[in-house]
Parts: sequence; structure tokens; C-alpha cells
Amino acid sequence: MEDVVISVLHRTMVAGTPLLLGTVGEVICERSGILNLGVEGVMSVGAVVAFIVTYTTGNPWLALLAAICAGMLISVLHAFASVTLQANQVVSGLALTMIGLGLSGMLGKPYVGKPLAVKMNDVAIPWLSDIPFVGPLFFKQSPFFYMAIILALAAWFFLERTLPGIKVRSAGENPGATETQGVNVALLRYACVITGGAFSAMAGAHLSTSYSKSWIEGMTAGRGWIVIALTIFSLWNPGKAIMGAFIFGGVFVLQYLLQPLGISPNFLAMLPYVSTLLILLAMSTKDRRKLNAPAQLGEPYKRGER
Amino acid sequence: MFKLTVYDRESITPLRSLATNTGSIVAALFVISIVFLLCGVNPLYAIGKIFSGSFGSMYGFKETVTKAIPLILTGGGLALAFRAKFWNIGAEGQILMGALMGTWVGLAWGAVLPSFVLITLMFLAGFIGGALLGLIPALLKIKFSINEVISTLMLNYICAELITMLIVGPWKGSTRFGFPGTNNLADAALLDVIPGSRIHYVTLILAIIAVLILSVIVYRTRFGYEVRVIGENPEAGKYAGIDFFRTTLVIMLVSGGLAGVAGVGELAGIHHYLGYPASISSGYGFTAIIVAWLAKLNPMYVLVSAMFFAGIIVGGDAIQISLGLPGATVQIVNGILLIFLIMGDYFLKHKVVVSFSNNPS
Repeated sequence: MEDVVISVLHRTMVAGTPLLLGTVGEVICERSGILNLGVEGVMSVGAVVAFIVTYTTGNPWLALLAAICAGMLISVLHAFASVTLQANQVVSGLALTMIGLGLSGMLGKPYVGKPLAVKMNDVAIPWLSDIPFVGPLFFKQSPFFYMAIILALAAWFFLERTLPGIKVRSAGENPGATETQGVNVALLRYACVITGGAFSAMAGAHLSTSYSKSWIEGMTAGRGWIVIALTIFSLWNPGKAIMGAFIFGGVFVLQYLLQPLGISPNFLAMLPYVSTLLILLAMSTKDRRKLNAPAQLGEPYKRGER
Repeated sequence: MFKLTVYDRESITPLRSLATNTGSIVAALFVISIVFLLCGVNPLYAIGKIFSGSFGSMYGFKETVTKAIPLILTGGGLALAFRAKFWNIGAEGQILMGALMGTWVGLAWGAVLPSFVLITLMFLAGFIGGALLGLIPALLKIKFSINEVISTLMLNYICAELITMLIVGPWKGSTRFGFPGTNNLADAALLDVIPGSRIHYVTLILAIIAVLILSVIVYRTRFGYEVRVIGENPEAGKYAGIDFFRTTLVIMLVSGGLAGVAGVGELAGIHHYLGYPASISSGYGFTAIIVAWLAKLNPMYVLVSAMFFAGIIVGGDAIQISLGLPGATVQIVNGILLIFLIMGDYFLKHKVVVSFSNNPS
């Protein structure tokens, strides 16, 4: 019985990892005031680039690096449109998703159905992984899991406890006042959008080189959108994102747990999406300000205007 | 040294709007060319092939009109929703829900009702299906301030799974040899096509009527005025006593309903049975977003922009076959066009002047 519990919880952690990475990236981005709906597309690009590089070089770490670069690069598009050209961020993000999904479908076409010979192997942390129950759960995981947790904590520390973090937050609250403090809001927002892209791409790399070791079109399966809901759920706080991401990881695992009961797999596949709606519904009792949403989220900032 | 100075434009003329859109499309085609080059395809040949494939032959043109039908209906509805800044990204699901409801009516009464009544009922059911699905995010947004982008998207996924569940389960047809999908609808439930084409003209006529009515609503009625105020200045709307709840519900009723009608058209005009969601609507709900945007959210212009994007879909199929490019190519083309269109808006609203001076300041 204990083995089953450990196995289920372990898989929950694995399923939650890309959600956590994506959410932390989106939190950083949204905290600076930019809504990025391109996560699904960037994740997909990250997944395909990581797969191709692992497939051709056999080095998943190099692949991760390449995926991050690709994610950052493609995110510049959204940054340019929404920061420099003050375009509508909803539409610009959607465009980024379309481009990302299209690009990954195109690049990945020759690789569909090919399995990876190597993948990002799980790493057991000496000593800690020997602790009963806790060990196999938290310390026998893929490097992505450790990175996700560390990055989430680091992002929390950065945003809440450091000066640059305060600048990021104030850019999202009141860019005009931030600018008078000598902060280049545009540059800062570029940096946050691009950082968010790096995180999304990492999440994608996890999917193709650790979670499933293969590439198929649409393998992100709406995780990029769930990430956007999780950003709200975590109240724009990377620390709380950890909890949210693993709750949703659990929902993904629940699908497989319930399948032997004879419930339609398609019905079960609705679970993450229905849960997303339910969780937003549960959150909605408070008003937007109490939710801690950045005040200027999604609003283009125009220099010299009050 | 040179210096960029940005001025706000005082007024936007339709001509300038057209010029900006054209400029955006040209710039986008330039970037798309680079993508083609990177794929090892001659961009001039590929882009030429897209447009000759869709507008260059009678066959291509007929196919373009066929694909424009769902885009006109859906794009028109989205133009209305986007005017109120209600980001309905769920047209894909609303199309599917329309098709689902149409199938239900078609299968249930296909054998007993006369064709005219049956088809009317199917369209009605499709409208109701799409509209009800559209109401959910509207309610969620107004009553619980839930972001409509997320809720509409989640409903897309839920609808797709729902349909798959039905066609592999309870609705699986006895004539499909075990493959997923319902039985074919009765002949009475099928839409006539213009001979020698796949143009199901009843839906086309409905689509054209829909955008005509929409443009009257948007520009000539109090309701249309309220929609525009909600979109452009919600604060002023509140003071003016606009009922946000009612207006948003009506907007989504219409927007979702028209997508649902498009779904019935695809079902009864093209496929004749309910199959996999991806075959019923291959991304029309998403392409319609760009259609609405290119039309500057003007329902009448949707007719033109729907034809343009239908052309890209048809031409995209053509280059897939002749150049061996993957299906995702069309998605990239669409995404690049969309981002250039919204970036172009900046130059519509602002005048950017490059001035050269000898003393750099």
C-alpha cells in the first residue's frame, strides 16, 4: 500500500513540475505588468527544441539550454509588441501561441513518433533519498523537479525580498511612479517577459525529455493555459505556486488512477480543465485587488503619460 | 545621428486604416518568406502557390468560399465580442457544440421531419448550443470576475473531449465498422451544395445575413453603442448606466450562437456525420480571431478578411501537398499575420517621424 501511495505522489510531483516552471515564469512576467498568453506556444517550442537537440546530440542538458534560448528568443516577439508598440497583450499573446504551436509542429514533423535513446535521468540525492517515504518522493526526482522548486523559491525571494524584485513589482503596480525613480520600465518588462519565456521553455523541455521522451504535436495539451490560471490561483506568488502546481499535478495523475474503474478516458481527460474552472470559481469570492493582482496588468504603459 | 519622434495621430481615416493593414500584411509576408527560406523553400514560389491555389483556379476559389463560410459566421460574432473587449477565445468549442446539437437533432428526427423543418431546427439547435456555451464564460466573468480567456479555452478542451466521448461511446454509429463517429445523417438533414462545389449555400446566405444584421446592430442601435462604450471606456459606461451584465450576456449569446451555426453548417454541409473534433473544425475558431482583427472588428469587413484567411487555408493545403510542408505551416503564417496586424495598430495611432540632426542630443 505504501508503495502505491509513494508511486502516486511521485507521479503527482512529476506531473506538477512543468506546471510549476511555467507558473513561476508567468508570475514574474505578470508582476512586471505584462500579461503573456503565449505560454502554451513557448512551452511547445521548448519541448520540440529540447527533443530535437537531445535526439541529435544525446545530451539532454545541452537540449535544455537550447530550449531556454529558443523560448527567450521567441518571447522577444511578445515583448516588442506589448512593450514597445503598446499592442493589445491578449491578442499579442495569442499570436505568440499560434506562432509557437505552428513553429513546433513544423520543426517537429520529422521527429514525430521517434523515441529518445537518452533522457534526462532522475537523480537520487545521496543520504536524503534514503529517508523512508520522504526520500523517494522528493529526493529521487528528475533534475527538472529540483530546478523547479529551487527556481520557485528563488523567484519568491527575488520578488519579495530584493531591490530589483521591488522594481519589477512596482513596474506592474505603477509604472509611471517607477519610472520617476529612475527605473527603465520598458527594459525591465522586456527582461521579465523574456525570463518568463525561459521558464515556459524549460517546462516544455521537461515534457519531451523527461516526462514522455517523445514528441507529438499538441503534447502541451493546454498546460500553458492552465499555467495562466495557476498564476491567479497562486496570487502572483511563486511560493504559493508550488502548492497550486502540485495540486494540479495530482489532478493529472487522478485521470490514470480512475481509468481502471471503467470511467470514459475522455471524461477523465476533462478533469484538469474542469478543475481549472472550479479553482478559479473558488478564488472569485474576493475582489481583484484583494487577489493581489498587479494593478497595471495588461495595460500598455506609455512614457510621459499620467 | 537620427532621432525617432512619436506623435499621436488626431484622427484615423479609413484610407489610412487600409494602408496600415496592407503594410502590416506585406511586412508579415516578408517575415513569412524568411521562415520559408529557412525551410529550404523558395518563398516567392510558396506564397505565390498559396494565392494561386486559393484564388487562381475555379476549383480553388470554390473551396475558398466553402472555407470562408464558418469564418464569416464565427469572425462576425467575434468582432462583436472583441468590440466589448470580451476575449472570446472559445469559438472553437462553440462551433463544436453547435455541431453536437445539430447532430443530436439530425439523428433524432432525421427520418420523420421534412427537410426544411429539420434543417431549420438543426440550425436553431446549433445556435442554442453555441450560445449556451458562450453564456458560461459571460456569467463567470460578470458574476465571479473569472478571466474569459481562460474559461473559454478550458471549455474548448472540454467540448472536444465531450464529442470524442460521444463518438467512441453512446453515439458511435453502427455503420462505421467500429471506427469512431456517428452514423451519417439522413438525407433530409443534409444541406444542398452549389453543383460542382462544396459550397453549402444556405449557410453562406445565413452568414451574409448575419454580418449585415451585426453591422446594423453595431453602428445603428443603442445596443451597439453600449457594446462600443463597454469596450472603449468601461468607466464611462458605468456612469452612463449601461447594464454590463445584460449586454455581456447578449454579446456572448450572439457570438457563441453564430459559431454554433457555423458548426451545423460544417456538419450538415461538409461532413454529414459527427466525427473527431479536429475534423469538424480544424481551428476555424482560432482563425476567426484573426479574421475579426483584420476586419478591424467591423462585421462588414469580416466578409473580405474571411475570404482572405479562407484563401490561406486552401492555399496552405495546396503547398502542403506540392511542397511537402507540414500542416502547421498555416498556423505560423496566421500567427505572424496576426502579430503584425496588431503591431501595425501602433502606426495607425501614432506618427513616427525619423529626423536627422547634426548635433546629437
